[in-house]
Amino acid sequence: MRLYGIDVTSRLLLGTAQYPSPAILADAIRACDTQIITVSLRRETADGTGAGFWDTLRETGTYILPNTAGCHSVQEAVTTAHMAREVLGTDWIKLEVIGHSDTLQPDVFGLVEAARILCDDGFQVFPYTTDDLVVGERLLDAGCEVLMPWGAPIGSGQGLRNPDALRSMRAHFPDVPLIVDAGIGRPSDAAKAMELGMDAVLLNTAVAKAGDPAEMARAMTLAIDAGRAGYLADPIEPRDMAVPSTPLLGLAELA
Amino acid sequence: MITIAGAGLAGLASAYELLMRGADVTLYDLGHAPGSNSVARFAGGMLAPWCERESAEEQVITLGAQALDWWDQITPVTRRGTLVVAPTRDRAELTRFSRRTNKYRQVAQADIAELEPELGDRFSQGLFFEREGHLDPRQALADLTGKVQTLGGTIHFGTPAPAQVDLDCTGSAAPLPGLRPVRGEMAILDCPEVAISRTIRLLHPRMPLYLVPRGNGIYMIGGTMIESSSTRAPSVRSLSEMLSAAFTIHPGFAEASVIETGAGLRPAFADNLPRVTHQNGTTYLNGLYRHGFLLAPAMAQQVADHFLSETSHEDHRERTIA
Repeated sequence: MRLYGIDVTSRLLLGTAQYPSPAILADAIRACDTQIITVSLRRETADGTGAGFWDTLRETGTYILPNTAGCHSVQEAVTTAHMAREVLGTDWIKLEVIGHSDTLQPDVFGLVEAARILCDDGFQVFPYTTDDLVVGERLLDAGCEVLMPWGAPIGSGQGLRNPDALRSMRAHFPDVPLIVDAGIGRPSDAAKAMELGMDAVLLNTAVAKAGDPAEMARAMTLAIDAGRAGYLADPIEPRDMAVPSTPLLGLAELA
Repeated sequence: MITIAGAGLAGLASAYELLMRGADVTLYDLGHAPGSNSVARFAGGMLAPWCERESAEEQVITLGAQALDWWDQITPVTRRGTLVVAPTRDRAELTRFSRRTNKYRQVAQADIAELEPELGDRFSQGLFFEREGHLDPRQALADLTGKVQTLGGTIHFGTPAPAQVDLDCTGSAAPLPGLRPVRGEMAILDCPEVAISRTIRLLHPRMPLYLVPRGNGIYMIGGTMIESSSTRAPSVRSLSEMLSAAFTIHPGFAEASVIETGAGLRPAFADNLPRVTHQNGTTYLNGLYRHGFLLAPAMAQQVADHFLSETSHEDHRERTIA
């Protein structure tokens, strides 16, 4: 998978919030062998990035994808992106413009506007969006080279609420990396996303809040690899009727 | 004579344990008054090992279970348990919390009404951790300081420690590898209209918050954990989350006066567990994270064991030979 000119082999992007401790987070990162981790930036964190937590993240040797989690306006998201670039020295930004503090649904209008501002400014934008095709087109027009449609509301663990929409995104944007972001609860949800032809899955809560985060991270990787292999292997189509796998003609007459 | 840098929670608790076992101690603290330089001033003061197990290792229980009895000898401990509740829409969090913890009982609306009459019509479901308690951190720091002095310990306030000390309890200021600050924010509310008698934890997917009654209509609310070394005053975002949590617990808090806000940096190691380490002839007790009042007693005992271990090693050797 190629993201803004960088080849990555792991198809799991892991969020770094809400783990019981940095030690457990580091275990989870190792267990799933992810190459990209997302981090959320706040003014407080930018003030204090000497803190050991950031050293822990840097020591993992993964790419760091800063995000604008919790930003509710275009200006806030753009400011946070600039802060992230300054602090972490990367042009990558996972762009979230939240429209509603209750559902955490993306504000797609603000998202497109912020994406255009940031792309024009040389950022490489990973937009957290809905599964709407037209919004996807607008984001690509703005300069995004990756789309990150939601599977379900952030942190809800509901799995894929609308697989048909993701399937049509795949058909509509055959060459754009599609990363399902948000809503994954269990490994089977991640496998399902990959079977639909998504290029990768981004998740956080499902691992961070599991009883054993490292083991869940490993399970997610296995599921993602399985789903991807299944997609590439071209699965059969479901049918309403049974189809015997052996011929019916020529059975021995046992009478 | 054992010299200790830092008369915060770790330093004072260690001094107390050493004094109780007959050692002489001298403490040095940069603050000018008891506890004034200690991050423990901003703590909740919860003695809640079973609740903490939700996001911490088993050691918070094995080390923390004795904390209530230890503090009983020092300062008033309120033993009324912890009530864990969640708004209806976050009820899944309650299920998750109950799977990760033990030593609680499930409570329904009627039980909640009996425990906290003013919350009976607010929450229909909860978990009650009966064996837990809380104390007032500032009172506890002052009382522990008094105990240390009564037992013959010397505390030099407003005085830097000598270059070489036996025990370093300087928290975030200690030069220890792997130690990091975790910022926490809190607010103190004055709300005589609300009567809540025990610690309430409000589960919320982003941020579990706690409300601790301090008596006389005073309540402390806190719960943020931010990976940062920033010492700025609390952000509007954090305060609004905390204050709206207070309002969710009881709408009466809308009329509360916010009489103080604060932010502190809690020293923590990567596994968020405290430890006693040794470096260049100095022993360090550090990494109490958000479990200062809960784990300081057990860790202070480990410190005392270390300093007074020569005799115990002798005993051990004799026993082994015998």
